[in-house]
Amino acid sequence: MLNESFYHALNVNTDQCTGCTHCMMKCPTSAIRIRDGKATIRQDWCVDCGECMRACPVDAIYVAQDDFARIFDFKVRVALLPAVFFGQFADTVSDERIHAAVQEIGFTHVCQVEQTADVITRRMVQAQGEMPDKPLISPFCPAIVRLIQVRFPALVDHIIPIKPPIDATSILYKQMLIGQGIDESDIGLFYVTPCAAKIAAVKSPVGEKQSVINGVINMDFLYNKVQQLLIQQPDVGQGMALEIPPIPHKGALWSLTNGEADRMQGRCLAIDEIHNVIELLDQLETTDQITDVDFLELRGCDEGCAGGVLMSRNRFLIVERLRKKTLSMKDGSLTDNPAYGAALDYLDEHLTLDEIHPRSIQAFGADVGQALKKMQQARNLMCYLPGIDCGACGAPNCQSLAEDITRREANLSHCIFLQRTMEKHRKLSSDHAIRIIEKTWGKDRLDKDCRKKGAKYEGK
Amino acid sequence: MELTYEVEGGNFSKAGHASSSIKKVLKQLNVDPKVVKRVVVALYEAEVNVVAHAYNGIITARVEQGSVSIEVRDQGPGIPDIPLAMQAGYSTASAKVREMGFGAGMGLPNMKKNVDVLNISSQVGVGTRVELITYF
Ligand SMILES: Nc1ncnc2c1ncn2[C@@H]1O[C@H](COP(=O)(O)OP(=O)(O)OP(=O)(O)O)[C@@H](O)[C@H]1O
Ligand code: SF4
Ligand SMILES: [Mg+2]
Repeated sequence: MLNESFYHALNVNTDQCTGCTHCMMKCPTSAIRIRDGKATIRQDWCVDCGECMRACPVDAIYVAQDDFARIFDFKVRVALLPAVFFGQFADTVSDERIHAAVQEIGFTHVCQVEQTADVITRRMVQAQGEMPDKPLISPFCPAIVRLIQVRFPALVDHIIPIKPPIDATSILYKQMLIGQGIDESDIGLFYVTPCAAKIAAVKSPVGEKQSVINGVINMDFLYNKVQQLLIQQPDVGQGMALEIPPIPHKGALWSLTNGEADRMQGRCLAIDEIHNVIELLDQLETTDQITDVDFLELRGCDEGCAGGVLMSRNRFLIVERLRKKTLSMKDGSLTDNPAYGAALDYLDEHLTLDEIHPRSIQAFGADVGQALKKMQQARNLMCYLPGIDCGACGAPNCQSLAEDITRREANLSHCIFLQRTMEKHRKLSSDHAIRIIEKTWGKDRLDKDCRKKGAKYEGK
Repeated sequence: MELTYEVEGGNFSKAGHASSSIKKVLKQLNVDPKVVKRVVVALYEAEVNVVAHAYNGIITARVEQGSVSIEVRDQGPGIPDIPLAMQAGYSTASAKVREMGFGAGMGLPNMKKNVDVLNISSQVGVGTRVELITYF
């Protein structure tokens, strides 16, 4: 499991990247370095949380998505839409019109992702009675599951092994379509994602062999398409006699902060935003402050999925709208929907996740003896580094540079302050010093440039 | 490798600093997470004891290839009857300390349960020395 390579959805567009360090400084696993003037992401440390993308001032970090035209490879084209998608539109735009627009764009079916929330809640509450390690942790946010795998490996056993709505709903929906006599190869399930983490989870699932989802579409892409269509064809959906099946009210709010915690038993905490989550997990590992907590809902984004990196509107408004909208919809349970019937039994048997394995970041390698040596070496190096954490060496802080040096990925002379000292003691020529800086920050980086961000002719 | 930390008596909000830092070190060394947990739980109890019962203390941790030995040495009232203090549920904690959620008398028994070797020596009116050794 340890050497398994993981799919990552976050990529750096090197043409766009100016090597400004913003992303490097925000990465919660210190996975980013600047080399040749561009950000590079260490693949085995990245958890796809999207913090880098949020921090980038020049939109150089992007989420790779599947080619939209791929949906037409299938006869039956299902858009799996999370509730937050609907929360982005003005109150005056009805869900019916949104459904119609999505179909107009090319999908044959629209499926609400959170409709299986009740089924999942039941099983998660059941798990609360069966799993000994408290507090139990929600399996919902893939960025958090990955964060726990790499940074808190001791806590993987606390993650409830029940599939989240996206996986459950796609299994259920596919089974229902098969039940209607549709050939499996004709069914294309496309998930519309609010974030990079969900894409990575579909492409290389944790605790599951393969996802039944055929492709992923970025939510901002579909939002723009729908919004455009609604403007161009204001009467879209009129006379289409669309009937949206009722969905459980509480389920629709599942992906928002407290969406799960509100429904679990005992003392439950809901924590959103990845740095808050890290702080809590750190405390959970050491102190006894968190011992009498039964359930932790942990989300990578502030306000849960409403704050996903691929959301187009203000997250607080999305939450407010979604709550209001949900209340005005028909409340109902999945079992009320006769279409599902046998598919629900099938889902019940396929709701458990396989074992989730740790894959800890091994900054100093796997062997304890070797690691101890390297750690001592890093502590020794820290005696020389200034502790300013400026990032000018291309690493996020002095500690990271020291660790990189022990792995032979960098040198002490990458530190611009040590360069000064070396020059003073004539151990480094100024030409050499400039060459080192150019290696990290790219050639010509220190040349005058009036078109850079904030400069005289910005954007010209 | 040696790591040193100071502990301030009465400062409950800082308690856990040493255990948190040692946890990071052991995790980075890829020590078995179950061992890390045991070390951290025991050290946290020892840290809190200094905070709750003594005036100030020094923690010295020595991490080696197959073991971690931690010495917690404090200046404080000392423990007059160590076997009695070791009994589960025995506590002299003040009402104030209990109000803060400590003082169940489970700290020392918890340490005993989690480490491989626990040595305690104490001189009344001078201080206490607790040694915690864990092998991995
Ligand atoms: N470092 C110390 N200095 C002085 N007395 C101590 C020290 N450590 C423990 N004791 C004494 O031993 C008793 C038992 O300690 P123990 O850690 O088991 O329980 P506690 O600290 O009272 O409660 P708990 O640890 O469950 O919060 C304490 O009440 C205190 O009287
Ligand atoms: S909170 Fe939601 S949007 Fe954010 S990373 Fe997790 S799953 Fe994705
Ligand atoms: Mg105690």
